[in-house]
Amino acid sequence: MKPYIRPMPATWWLKRSPYLLFMIRELTSVFVAAYVVIFLVMIRRLNEGQAAYEAFLESLKSPLAIGFHMVALAFAVFHTVTWFHLTPKAMAVRIGEERVKPALIIAPNYAAWAVISAIVAWFILG
Amino acid sequence: MANSTSEGTMRLEVFRYSPEKDEEPHFQTYEVPFRKDWVVLDALNHIKDQSDGTLSFRWSCRMGVCGSCGVMVNGVPKLGCSAFLRDYYPNPIRIEPLSHFPVLRDLVFQLDSFLDKLKSVQPWIVRRDGEKPVSEGEYLQTPAQHARFKDFSMCINCMLCFAACPVVGMEPHFLGPATIALAQRYNLDSRDQGRDQRQETVASHDGIWQCTFIGECSAVCPKHVDPAGAIQQAKLESTIDWFKEVLWPFGGRKS
Repeated sequence: MKPYIRPMPATWWLKRSPYLLFMIRELTSVFVAAYVVIFLVMIRRLNEGQAAYEAFLESLKSPLAIGFHMVALAFAVFHTVTWFHLTPKAMAVRIGEERVKPALIIAPNYAAWAVISAIVAWFILG
Repeated sequence: MANSTSEGTMRLEVFRYSPEKDEEPHFQTYEVPFRKDWVVLDALNHIKDQSDGTLSFRWSCRMGVCGSCGVMVNGVPKLGCSAFLRDYYPNPIRIEPLSHFPVLRDLVFQLDSFLDKLKSVQPWIVRRDGEKPVSEGEYLQTPAQHARFKDFSMCINCMLCFAACPVVGMEPHFLGPATIALAQRYNLDSRDQGRDQRQETVASHDGIWQCTFIGECSAVCPKHVDPAGAIQQAKLESTIDWFKEVLWPFGGRKS
């Protein structure tokens, strides 16, 4: 017997849309990480004094920075939403014999997102 | 079949590999009658009976219970007995053995690795002091206790989830979706006391932490077992174990 072992092509994730969506979801974390880096740079500029901080804020207004943020925001929203919708898989909450409906586990994520966003907005804009 | 009416033909491209004479597999094309009530398995049996007796494939119950007839249909793992030709007609369909398994002949693949992995998680009830004698009666269970693991117990070992999982393809040592779902099935059983033993395999490097949560194992499961859910729940429980051991005073001790 000489079993044939099929090679796994490096392009496996292009073969089917669920795999491609998975890869996009994984890729979104790069943009989430980029947000963190920008935040850290901002703190560093803040530490360097008012002039450095204002120059940094000014640099964020460049078309390139705005373009990046638009793309990064889209990816960050995709990241957030896809993970929210996966939470019921990881959390099997039961009441008696019945499992709590997935929507009831997803909804609090959106509620928390809205509340936290409102607090952040109030902090910055208020 | 009295009610079936042939409405033309359909083309099947079938993966062929003969270990005696082939170095590489190839695809062979067959024309089969198209019938609305035919599934892929009917078409394969038609080929074997009418045109090519050398075609090898596994099947048994032809009603989605035995889990023997799993094949890739146009790149998606399906039970041959549950994939209707009418869902693909008039386009040709490509039939291959389930992905990630070594091919023995045509659509027949080697399942040793799956069976070894399955055995390694002890998918049976483990009692610390051995099972009590029958004369002492059965281990009772409430409907709520039964409901906790019922879905995970529906697995028919058809291995579609293994074929759907790219991690299985890339990491041959990964325990795999059905295996972990079955480990979880026994871990959640109120009669079982074997979780600590299973954790050594399930929570190891080749276990749950290999899973990147692609979720296709659950999407292709013909029995709605949700192995992806089982794995994520096992990850959550293992993480809680770790916190208990590291942060809880005396948490490392087992009661």
